[in-house]
Parts: sequence; structure tokens; C-alpha cells
Amino acid sequence: MQEQWNGFQKGTWMEEIDVRDFIQKNYTPYEGNDTFLAGPTERTKTLWEDVLKLMEEERKKGVLDAETKVPSTMVSHEAGYINKDLEQIVGFQTDKPLKRGIMPFGGYRVVKKALESHGYELDPDTLRVFTEYRKTHNNGVFDAYSDEMRKARHSGIITGLPDSYGRGRIIGDYRRVALYGVDRLIAGKELQMRNLDLPKYESSVITAREETSEQVRALKRLKEMALKYGIDISLPASNAKEAFQWTYFGFLAATKEQDGAAMSLGRVGTFLDIYIERDLKSRLLTEEQAQELMDHFVMKLRMIRFLRTPDYDQLFSGDPTWVTESIGGMGMDGRTLVTKNSFRMLHTLYNLGPAPEPNMTVLWSTRLPRGFKEFCAKASIDTSSIQYENDDLMRRYWGDDYAIACCVSAMRIGKQMQFFGARANLAKALLYTINGGRDEKTGEQIAPEFAPITSEYLEYDELTRKFDRVLEWLSRLYINTLNVIHFMHDKYNYESLQMALHDQEILRTEAGGIAGLSVVADALSAVKYAKVKVIRDETGLAVDYEVEGEYPAFGNNDERVDAIAYNVVKRFMEKLQKQTPYRGAMITMSVLTITSNVVYGKKTGSTPDGRKAGEPFAPGANPMHGRDTKGAIASLSSVAKLPYAYSLDGISYTFSIIPRALGKLRDERINNLIGIMDGYFHEEGHHININVFDKETLLDAMDHPEKYPQLTIRVSGYAVNFVKLTREQQLDVIHRTFHEKF
Amino acid sequence: MNTIGRIHSVETCGTVDGPGIRYVVFLQGCPLHCQYCHNPDTWDRTKGKAVTVPELMEEIVKYRSYMQFSGGGVTVSGGEPLLQPEFLSELFRALKAEGIHTALDTSGYASLEAAKPALANTDLVLLDIKSYNPDVFKLVTGAPLAPVLEFASYLREQNIPMWVRFVLIPGLTDQEEDIRKMAVYLSGFPNLQKVDVLPFHKMGEFKWDQLGYEYHLREVPPPPARITCQVRDIFKSYGLKTH
Repeated sequence: MQEQWNGFQKGTWMEEIDVRDFIQKNYTPYEGNDTFLAGPTERTKTLWEDVLKLMEEERKKGVLDAETKVPSTMVSHEAGYINKDLEQIVGFQTDKPLKRGIMPFGGYRVVKKALESHGYELDPDTLRVFTEYRKTHNNGVFDAYSDEMRKARHSGIITGLPDSYGRGRIIGDYRRVALYGVDRLIAGKELQMRNLDLPKYESSVITAREETSEQVRALKRLKEMALKYGIDISLPASNAKEAFQWTYFGFLAATKEQDGAAMSLGRVGTFLDIYIERDLKSRLLTEEQAQELMDHFVMKLRMIRFLRTPDYDQLFSGDPTWVTESIGGMGMDGRTLVTKNSFRMLHTLYNLGPAPEPNMTVLWSTRLPRGFKEFCAKASIDTSSIQYENDDLMRRYWGDDYAIACCVSAMRIGKQMQFFGARANLAKALLYTINGGRDEKTGEQIAPEFAPITSEYLEYDELTRKFDRVLEWLSRLYINTLNVIHFMHDKYNYESLQMALHDQEILRTEAGGIAGLSVVADALSAVKYAKVKVIRDETGLAVDYEVEGEYPAFGNNDERVDAIAYNVVKRFMEKLQKQTPYRGAMITMSVLTITSNVVYGKKTGSTPDGRKAGEPFAPGANPMHGRDTKGAIASLSSVAKLPYAYSLDGISYTFSIIPRALGKLRDERINNLIGIMDGYFHEEGHHININVFDKETLLDAMDHPEKYPQLTIRVSGYAVNFVKLTREQQLDVIHRTFHEKF
Repeated sequence: MNTIGRIHSVETCGTVDGPGIRYVVFLQGCPLHCQYCHNPDTWDRTKGKAVTVPELMEEIVKYRSYMQFSGGGVTVSGGEPLLQPEFLSELFRALKAEGIHTALDTSGYASLEAAKPALANTDLVLLDIKSYNPDVFKLVTGAPLAPVLEFASYLREQNIPMWVRFVLIPGLTDQEEDIRKMAVYLSGFPNLQKVDVLPFHKMGEFKWDQLGYEYHLREVPPPPARITCQVRDIFKSYGLKTH
């Protein structure tokens, strides 16, 4: 037995790479409350003040500093520090805090544009390398795209595609670095390499051999990167501080190599708690020191940065990185996976104040210990920085060692990855149905030409029949487009380090998504239950609609329309499933818009539900704002009916409530918020963002951003700094259904 | 058996009208026309949507899990629910048969005899006492106080748990002497669980305008938080639980 493992319960984890087995044999479930927690140490306070100053400067300038020459790799930059003496956990993506690296392997155009927008210039030599000598993922994709794919991308019926930067949504099992040390991981990959010497070298075997070699090389570089900080991570971590540091190095390396939209952390809290418990027992550590490690770790996670273009930031609201950490949940054996570290992680929201990152994601079960539920509810009420996802639902599919990538995508850690596919705009698809495949904004023929609907009033059977055909076309085009993207990403921008922290055999999902679900459901409901008159321009293009009479709207727990929404999800998923995915992937789907609901709305004409051209969609699976009239629980109930089985990549719901609408007293508010979540998840809702604040606070923050540097709000599947949103997005957040009846 | 009830609206996320998360049914119609009423659109008893108890129950049971997890239930408010005593009684009987907690939000200004069947299935009464001074009561509501006190006595007799709600209106219900008298009176109720002191607010004002009613409290400001606290302290000083 490795000496670093002294005191741990033995198991198969010692022979095989099996972090789950290690956790199950060694962790200490915690069923108590939050009274054991410690405040920030002096070191933490001083260090965090320095960080806040840097962040304030960054907020004013847009970016604090950026690399312009050397593409970012694990070893491209020397060690960087804020204050070497104070930092318990070290490591930055570049040689300075908040200095952004460049990652042109995904696409040099984005890098060039992003640098220019912030007043920097890409070094001409570097530019020449990526224009003359080294092809990028982005170039590969556009070499293979069809005309139809380009058109669909341009018209916005399919958007947000990761075709010009890293795809993200891959979680390396960073815990393996700490538990095994890098040498053992290299040995494992080398063994895989020998096992891949198969009788017949088909392209799949050759790909696997090349990728595995890349992985070995990446692991060697990971060691080299750590050595720049004077730390040798060849062997397992021997104490809690090392376990945090080793794990962080694994994650940091990934963020030096990839600028994926979402670079999620996984589920490290309970794993790290095992090391803390061992050190606490042998009195090597106090609670204050344990919390300090967590605070310093989280501080580093809050400082992960990527260089983005302004329109990217506009689409995603600020500067998100989706460093998602999954917290809590229940084990298959019925024990809770909540440990004291689950509390310590949430407690950083108090010790360091609220923040959007890391994207704290509580895996909720109705069976979670009451003390933990109360602490979560309390932290949500105080900070609005937490999202919740249904562990009881996901455990059935993914076991008890999965984590959330990005916002709502569950994956078994180290055993599964995703080909991220952004989303298709189904509201636009409905308009194409009416207009015979022409875009309602430009009149351009995007889908293949077919007979438009010409009647004065829309007729339900005709509309749904033709809509079905448009979805058929869209799903084929969509999956083919994703296939191109991911083929090229594997070829030109392979995530060698992250995949080195995976098993050899993994499940790949190819994740589509939909936007505009509530618009489509309401539009179909309006056509079915009220009368919808079409207004056409002189070319016969339907450009507006008049709704005569009332119709049941999604969000009122009314089966007439909720069933329509359910069927739209199911129908589109079934169509996606008929397509042929890349690399034998399993096709999945999400109902998630990130914050692009505002931009989608801008790009989409008037819709038959009465929504006018340019008005935002509701985010994710939310009902359209103002149309849910029976109160919050009715709204939650409608969303909970959407089928996870047909949307395995997640269904996002954003909930905003003013404090007094949760109850009068703090204890009542905590109890009621727990009740809302227990009820929602019991009814099989998948995800919920919880925001608790007054409208007045937000209005004040719009006018006085300097007073609210840390004001955090939850949007679709993640959190943002409110003051970093565009004015338009701020208004959208404020107008969105605020549940404030009392 | 299928009595028709007239309902104004429902709220599925009630959190202040009884314990836990509550499905709140606002019934249509009220005999009082309180000057500060924030739901004057519930007064007219001929309006609202007609429903039967089975229809309403079908809706309510959809929310059972939220009620169970939060220790909540159903609150019937209004308007004045006791203007539809048969419907109310049928509804509460059906709710109790389903094991759902029932709360009645009432002014107590109603026929006690007619209310008794409903009260037999009531787990909690939220009794709105506008003032303990009969003259002020008359001024605020346009009705006499006596029936309300009679109603309260019956709740005590039946040991039905009760929360009293008292709306603090500057210049109207804020006389210290009246408040003290009410506190003395309430300290004689073992079934009283707490007194809710609610600072007057004008969020219903726009409804008065929409309905073409004359709103008398236009110039009255909400009471300062300090005054509300003082009033709560008075109730506390008589051993009453309040917040």
C-alpha cells in the first residue's frame, strides 16, 4: 500500500482507477447542521481583499491583462501568484492573476477578434502560424459545412454552436490526480496503449491509439506544470492540503488547454472531505484550517478566465466559465453523500461573499439530511448563488458518482463525455412552418421550399402536421451539423488532458437542445383554444398574428397546454434519435437557453402566442412571463411535467421570488423554500435556479453598479454578476416573472 | 351535494395565510367594505367563476406534495368565505377526507349558525379583528363588532386554533388604549396561537380606482416600522405571541 494512503479503508480502488469505490469505502456522511463552520482566517481576508481589488480593476477595464503571443498550454507560462506567502492553493492559467490566455486551436479568428475588442493585437508571428501552418477546429468545420448548415447558422434557427472555440462540457476526473498521483495514471494509460495493439488497425483503433498517446503526453505535461510551482505530483497526495492542490492542478491544466464554454469541476467536495477528516483525526488540521483550504481553493476557481468576444459576453451575460461543482446527493446504498465539506463549499458564499463561480449545484433529494437542506435554503435566501438539481431523478440514470457539466448536463465522472450541441430555435421552426421554410425576418428561403399556410386563421391540424415535417428537416440538419463540429474538434482541438482523466471506454452523448419551448406550447394552445389570425406582408410572408379570445398558457398547471409542451419535447427528441450521431454517441436533448433567450427573441419574428417580434423568450423551460397567473407552485408544476426521459441533458427552470413572498419570518422562509424544492423534485422537476431578492435591489444595482460588485443572480443554469449584464438583460431579469404575491 | 361556489382566484404559493405552503382559494363576495381592503374586487358576490367542490378538489390535490413537505394545506380566503357557508363546509369536509390541513381566513362577521358545519372541519382560523373599539370597527368596516366577538367566543369554546390578524392603520386603528383593550381581551383565549400585526399598505389602491370606488385612505401613509414594533410589543407584554 502506498504510504500516502495510510489510514484509508482498503478496496478495489487500490488496484483499479476507481474513485467512487474510494469514496464509498472512506467518506463520513454528515447529518448535522452548520454550527461547526469557521469564519475566514486573517490570511483569507487579506488575500481576498487583494483579489477584489484586481476584480474591480478588471470590471472597469473589461479585461485586466491578456497574452498576445504564446498560445496557452499547460506549460506555456511560468508560475503566477497574488501573494505567495498567503496563498494556500496556488496556480493560475497564465503567469499573472486574471491575465487571459489565448487558445487559437479552436479558431484563431475568435482570438484575434477578442483581443482587438479589448485593445490588444495578436502577435503577427502567432497569427501566421495559425493561418499558414496550423489548421484550427474552426477551419475544419467550415471546410465541411454544407450550404444549408451555413444558412441555418446564419438565420439563427440553430445557434450557439461550438464551431469557433472549445466545445467544453467535458469533466476530467480531477480527483484521480490527488488519489493516485500522475505516475500511476500514466502507467494506466500506457497499459491501455499496449491493449490497443489489436489484430486489425481500423480507423477507430488508430484514433484510439493516437488519442491515448496524446493523453500520456498530456499527463507528463501536467507534472511539468506543477513543477513550475515547485510541486511534484507524481505520487498521491498525502494530506488535505495536497489533495486540494493536486485536484486543483488537474482542473487548472484543463483550463490552460481548453476554453470550452463550460469548464466544469465535477464533484470534488466529498472526495476532499475524506482527506480533511483524516487530518482532523490526527490533529494535523483544525476546522479553521480546513475552511481556509476550501476558501483559497474557491478563490482560485473564482479567478478562472477566458478571452471572449463582446458578442459572446452579450449572449451569455458577463463572463461565465461554468466551473460547476456538484454538491450533496444521496448514495445508492441510502447514505447521504453530504459531508462537512458540502457545508464548507457553500460557506465560502459567506466567507468570501456571493459569487457566480464556482457554479454551486446542489444535488437535491427529498431524503437529504434536514440540517443540510436548511443550510442550502438559508444560503439561497442570503446569496441567490445556488442551483438545485434532482438527485433522486438523475441517480436512476447516472448512479451516484455523476456531476453536472455546465448547467444541467449530468455525466458519470471519468466515464462519460458530451458532444455539446447548443440549441435549435423551435419558435422559429414554427414560423418556418407557416412561411413555407422562409425566414420571417428576411424572407430568405432557409428550409427546403414547401407549401406555406395560406389561410386567414391558423388551423391546428394543418399547423401541427406541417410543423412535424419542419422538425423532421431540422433534426436531420442539426445532428449532421453537430457531427461535423465534433469530428473536427476531435481532430484539431482534442482535450487530451481531460480525456486522460477518463476511462478508456466511455459513454459519449451528443446533446441537442431546444429554445422557445413555452412560446411554441402557447402558440399551439392559442391556435387550438382561441383563434389566431395571420397578418401577411405584400410578399405573402406571415409577419404578425392577432390572438382572438383566451387560451390556456403554459405555467398554470393546465393539462390542456402542458400536454402540448410535453409532446413538443418528446416529438423533437424522437426525431433527433432517428439521426446518425458521430462516434456512436447517445443522442440527448436539453431545454435550456443559457441567457440567450434575449438574443433568440431579438432574432425571431412575432409568434402566434401573441409575443411580438424581438421580445425575449422565456429562459429555459420557463413559462412566458406574466402568463402564469396561479402563482409559483402552479408554474413549477407545469415545468415538472416536462419529461426528463426525453430530455436527458436537462430541463432548466429559473425561479425568482421576493423574500416576503416566502413567508414572514426567516424560519418560515427557510421551511417554505425547502417545501418548494421537496415538492418540485418529488414531482420530478429536474432543475431549479433559486433567486431571492427584491425588485428594488435590482433597480438600484442598475443605477449604482459600484455598490453591488458581488450581487449574484441565478439565470438559466448558472449564475452571473448582475452588474455585468447588459442593460437589456438586466431589464429582462427584472420583467421576468417575479413571484411576489403575499 | 354539488353546491356551486363562486371563486375570485387562486394562489398556489401562499406562504403567509397559515403554516407552510398553501393553496389559497379567494371566494367571491364580502358583507364588509373595509376602508383598507386590498381586494375590493372580491366584494361583489355575483361575480367570480362558478366551481363545484369536486372540480376544485381535482385541482387542489395536484399540490399535495408541496403541502406535505412544507406542513402546509389549503386556506380559504376572500372576500368573506362565510358568505358561502355550504360550499365552504363541503370543501373542508372533502379536504379533511384527503387529510389536508384547512385554514379559514375570515372577518368573523357572518352567521355563526351557518358557519358551524364548516368550522367542524377547520384546523385553523385566521380571524381578522379590525379594532376592539366598536366605534372604530364600525368606521372601518361599516358593520358592528359584536358578531365578530361572538364568533371568537365560539372558536374558544370549540378549541379551534386561531391566529388573530390586526391591520395597523395610522390615525384609525392605532390608538394605544384600543390596542391594549384588545390585548387584554385576547389574552383570555387559550386557543389563540399568535397575533399578526400587519402594517397597512396601499397595494390595493389601484383596484379601488379601477372599480370606480372612492378610496378614503389615499392620504394615509403606511405606519413606520418603529410604530409597528411598538404595537407588537404591547401584545407581547400581555403574554401574546406576535410578530
